[in-house]
Amino acid sequence: MFRTLTLSAVAAFGLATAGLAAGAYDTHIEDFDFSFEGPFGKYDQNQLQRGLQVYTEVCAACHGLKFVPYRSLSEDGGVGMPEDQVRAYAAQFEVFDPELDDFRTAIPSDHFGESGLENAPDLSLMAKARAGFHGPYGLGINQFFKGIGGPEYIASLLTGYTGEEKEEAGTTLYENKAFPGGWIAMAPPLDDELVEYADGHANDLHHLSEDVAAFLMWTAEPKMMARKQAGFVGVLFLTILSVLLYLTNKRIWAPVKGKKTA
Amino acid sequence: MSGIPHDHYEPKADWEKGLAKRLPILGLMYDTLMIPTPKNLNWMWIWGIVLTFVLVLQIVTGIVLVMHYTPHVDYAFSSVEHIMRNVNGGYMLRYMHQNGASLFFVAVYAHIFRGLYYGSYKAPREITWIIGMLIYLLMMGTAFMGYVLPWGQMSFWGATVITGLFGAIPFVGEALQTWLLGGPAVDNATLNRFFSLHYLLPFVILGLVIVHIWAFHTTGNNNPTGVEVRRTSKEEAEKDTLSFWPYFVIKDLFALAVILAVFFAVVGFMPNYLGHPDNYIEANALATPAHIVPEWYFLPFYAILRAFDDTVWAVQLASFITGGIVDAKFFGVLAMFGSIAVMALVPWLDTSSIRSARYRPMLKWWFWIFVFNFFVLMWVGAMPAEGIYPIIALIGSAYWFAYFLIILPLMGVIEKPLARPATIEEDFTEHYPKSTEATPAE
Repeated sequence: MFRTLTLSAVAAFGLATAGLAAGAYDTHIEDFDFSFEGPFGKYDQNQLQRGLQVYTEVCAACHGLKFVPYRSLSEDGGVGMPEDQVRAYAAQFEVFDPELDDFRTAIPSDHFGESGLENAPDLSLMAKARAGFHGPYGLGINQFFKGIGGPEYIASLLTGYTGEEKEEAGTTLYENKAFPGGWIAMAPPLDDELVEYADGHANDLHHLSEDVAAFLMWTAEPKMMARKQAGFVGVLFLTILSVLLYLTNKRIWAPVKGKKTA
Repeated sequence: MSGIPHDHYEPKADWEKGLAKRLPILGLMYDTLMIPTPKNLNWMWIWGIVLTFVLVLQIVTGIVLVMHYTPHVDYAFSSVEHIMRNVNGGYMLRYMHQNGASLFFVAVYAHIFRGLYYGSYKAPREITWIIGMLIYLLMMGTAFMGYVLPWGQMSFWGATVITGLFGAIPFVGEALQTWLLGGPAVDNATLNRFFSLHYLLPFVILGLVIVHIWAFHTTGNNNPTGVEVRRTSKEEAEKDTLSFWPYFVIKDLFALAVILAVFFAVVGFMPNYLGHPDNYIEANALATPAHIVPEWYFLPFYAILRAFDDTVWAVQLASFITGGIVDAKFFGVLAMFGSIAVMALVPWLDTSSIRSARYRPMLKWWFWIFVFNFFVLMWVGAMPAEGIYPIIALIGSAYWFAYFLIILPLMGVIEKPLARPATIEEDFTEHYPKSTEATPAE
């Protein structure tokens, strides 16, 4: 009977728990197909580099990435820029150095800056701080199969403008299908062919949004590939250990249970 | 130790005799490891080992995390990001610690339900049960305070809501809340004391775990039949039991390995599935999240807390009798703590002389409804308190209390138990008919 309990408990547990994030928002989040989904999903290095370009040319005008150091751009399992390029990339920016009490050219150990616009949230962790998928009925089944949906939320938000706008207390709000409440203060930041990719990759709104969402997933979880690798090794070794212990257990108990030993 | 007749440790070599005279540690280890254990224990008896392992895992990963964490409102959030990004293997440490809490609660709920189903709380194991309930309470406190440390939005607002519960206590509430927080609101003083206690309490738990094990090693394990091991002679005891090593150690390790494989899959492939996205936003006292939801393992009790609003007649009655001292908020707090109190008192609420629900045809059904109800409460605790959800929460909460306060006392009187096997050996032979022909390898 307890086998039934265990199974049903595991099932119910899976269903009941991840629904925590379930919100009552009737927002529309599109299920983008990212390369890093699933246990074996990997970051697409080219996509991350394109996303970095979109961030640098567009998002960085207002939004910061204060938890991300420039040096992490050269780390494995991520953007994978050569170190000299990272140095050159950092050198485009100036940071305030409290020791000099003055601004100086950024070096790889510096972080991307904080948000330049007061109301623009920092984007370092945005892909983990938003959920794209909920339910059904707070059961978390969607999140189990599709993931939490942070990058999908970002990409849906960037492509979700309807073109409607309204004035409210002196601020222009833009209608957006993905944003909770439906109206967002951020003007549509991206448009078709707004960023010109060096590799000639498609640069319509859909692709630009997808690329920058992938990049922001990397800024939120730069060690994802190493983590999945560690998880895979852990599961593999523990599975082998389980089989060995199962056989040992069977062998030890066989005489007690009156079964033949192999 | 257990009063079950068995062989004790005999020092043989000279150094062993010498050591035994000075410090009987080998004898203690031998008796602990070789304790006679009912041979019919099923797979629900593996959770104790899992819990012990997770406690050690949490302490070890926690101690290393502390080496890199900064308990200050200005640095806590970024120091966690520092662990995730810059510390070698820090992301694994942190995700293991975070999901380790979930594994801890999965195991403790399975362990508690096992105890409830097989009547493990009944005489002479009441003290084991009470210590277990104390451990569970401390676990909840530790988990709650640990969740505050990353200083995300849910950390901050969860702490605000939960410490606010103490503010609902009449007369002293506000003063008590201020004292707990170290100020008028959740702030640096709160973070620091929670950090201090989050480091301290696991060691208190460790001490209580040792007492818990000591207590049930004194009474002996319960088992699925609830029939005691025969203690009249060593021969009879040996027909009912096997030594813990190697039979149960290997069995438990096998189960542990399977559970850890699942755990590593969660940590490796979906470490944020059980968490809340809002906790990746740094705490902000000026922005309240749309839905403040506790971690999944608190949800059933959170549902009970919220179930009693002032439309419930019991709340209105309590308010009327006490002249308004017990309001809806305080009633909810009482219900939440009461729900755990009635569980702790189950050894005295269950009037049946039969331990195992296997031989209790009526209680069995009430028990499974209780388990189902637990998951319903967990689900409804995550939903907003509007529409049909408060009604479901109220029915679920009522059933929780009815199970302990009405069903268990009543069943002992009206239920006709089924025939039980006379001995553990009989039960074991029924499962493994050939077992009598063979003798266990020694």
